[in-house]
Amino acid sequence: MGIEQLPPGWILMLGALVVPLLRGRVKQAWMLLLPVAGLAQLVFLLPDGSAGVAASIFGYELEIVRVDPLARVWGTIFHIAAFLAVIYGLHVDDDVQHVAALSYAGSAIGAVFAGDLITLFVYWELTAITSVFLVWASRSERSFKSGMRYLIMQVGSGVLLLTGVVLHVQQTGSLAFTDFGGVSGPATALIFLAMGIKAAFPLLHTWLEDSYPEATITGTVWLSTFTTKLAIYALARGFPGEAMLIPIGAAMTAFPIFFAVIENDLRKVLAYSLNNQLGFMVVGIGIGTAAAINGTAAHAFAHILYKSLLFMSMGAVLFRAGTCNGSELGGLYKSMPWTCAFCIVGAASISAFPFTSGFVSKSIILTESAAAHLPVVFLILLFASAGVFHHSGIKIPYFAFFAHDSGIRVKEAPLNMLVAMGIAATLCIGIGVLPGPLYALLPNQPVEFVPYTVPHVVTQLQLLMWSALAFGVLNWYRIYPPELRSINLDFDWVYRRAAPAVFAVLTRWIAGLRAAVLGTAQRRIVGFVQRVHRYHGPEGVLAQASGTGSMALGVVIVLSAILLLYFA
Amino acid sequence: MTHDSPSGNSEQSAGPADEAPRWLDDFENVRKIYRWLWISCIVLLVGGEAVLRWAHHRDEAAGIEHHGFGFESWPGFYALYGFVACVALVLAAKELRKVLMRSEDYYGD
Repeated sequence: MGIEQLPPGWILMLGALVVPLLRGRVKQAWMLLLPVAGLAQLVFLLPDGSAGVAASIFGYELEIVRVDPLARVWGTIFHIAAFLAVIYGLHVDDDVQHVAALSYAGSAIGAVFAGDLITLFVYWELTAITSVFLVWASRSERSFKSGMRYLIMQVGSGVLLLTGVVLHVQQTGSLAFTDFGGVSGPATALIFLAMGIKAAFPLLHTWLEDSYPEATITGTVWLSTFTTKLAIYALARGFPGEAMLIPIGAAMTAFPIFFAVIENDLRKVLAYSLNNQLGFMVVGIGIGTAAAINGTAAHAFAHILYKSLLFMSMGAVLFRAGTCNGSELGGLYKSMPWTCAFCIVGAASISAFPFTSGFVSKSIILTESAAAHLPVVFLILLFASAGVFHHSGIKIPYFAFFAHDSGIRVKEAPLNMLVAMGIAATLCIGIGVLPGPLYALLPNQPVEFVPYTVPHVVTQLQLLMWSALAFGVLNWYRIYPPELRSINLDFDWVYRRAAPAVFAVLTRWIAGLRAAVLGTAQRRIVGFVQRVHRYHGPEGVLAQASGTGSMALGVVIVLSAILLLYFA
Repeated sequence: MTHDSPSGNSEQSAGPADEAPRWLDDFENVRKIYRWLWISCIVLLVGGEAVLRWAHHRDEAAGIEHHGFGFESWPGFYALYGFVACVALVLAAKELRKVLMRSEDYYGD
């Protein structure tokens, strides 16, 4: 079988299996080669349309590979992100992580090119199973438990997906993964919910903020790219224009930023802002116009780069300083100037400063929400834009690299980390300055959106600079909440604390009820047995044996009575 | 502005004693940054409005239509919205902390 017949993603998945056999430079070169080869395959060997890899299961035709412009956007950025993450993790001497990460990336890429729902399901679960090892690779009890919760949610999402798919196939007879035409019954509702879990919809989101900060330094960089963006892709494919997604997405943009402001673990802050950025993409899918879907695709592309970059920079801080808590950091610009500079580029990009990638992608979604006459949604997105600048754009670099000098003096990040961050930062600015190539990749052509107009640039700068001023003023007057060693309760409290507590109460009640019922029953039975014993026991009246004489006497008495009555 | 160091900045370098002080270690410079932030924001607000009006008239003359909300053309809307949104966000989050904050070992792991 030639490389052109290998489904996308398989180069990474099969290549991952070889990694443990290799050593040193060869291993590093091999890992770097895999995403490059995968991208080359996608660009040069896979034209749009099905690549013809078909199989049959229970009489249903599977379309294992379908290449179209929508899938191509995700396929491209997934390969680029994998390449950057490999560079970032070159120093890591842990085959578990390398194999898990590469096969995780491969299965996410495979999922994007899945043309049918069964193939999608298989890859969907593969991403769950491979990625959890990136959490477990931290090898602490905490990360083990967090990984378990992560796995339950991810596999649960897959189970819901499969159930929905089975119902869907029963109803429609079609396995094709295309536009479902909105949520219209139990089948599509289950599929929607499955995608919602992976996309971290509000109240289904906690696995993300729970597990990503527990993963290894490099693991979080991998995780931040694939799982949630695969779900965004699946929603864009299956539910474009589903109106429910607009309020869901708007809520997603808004609520995580409150948590991000008070969160101390800076990688967790990034997890919250990841959730917030997904909200913009979900709104774009909900609006569902060709331009809005373009906006979602562009934003996913840009987001993967700057989010990887931000996680890389915080990972580098964690790697060198040994902590990622805002309360313990500060002043690191002195010892990690490059990491600091790259972090600021990522921060500017997520904040959508003009001439960064976030600006040319997010503004499409905002413009489309205005074109769709959704003033409330528009204002929420604007609020979230200001908020994300506030907590990711300013808070992250400020508390890690500036703020009060913590006295921590460390070495600059390792060279491979700096190279990965440098490339990501270059791409963030490159896309922002020259959005043409990104726009050319978008699924719905032609792209008529013009990002750099005078009003766009001026209003965005006004919004951001005055948000910065708000931070400045609040910090100056010491109103800004200090970073504290603490955690904040989120919805996972419901299943980590409330549910077990309720369960414990219920257990006590049930145990009490059981004791009461059994106690009563036991008393009754004992009483009954005692009564029976009293009359029929060894001393009982009814159990006393009497002699044949008394029996004969009895018979005589009865017969005499009969005789008397007879003749009387 | 009579004010000593805000929470996030200290005049003293906490690093090794032989380390040369950096530009940002001097609190006067932090004060300068804060002042310049104010100045640039005000310039952006006033100047931005002028530029926006100019662009609006230019587009009108060229017959380019704008799809936007009425509130977007209020003077200084974006600047004030950003400022108010962020202050509200932080104050709300501070209140939220009273309800949600727990010790690091709350979940016992």
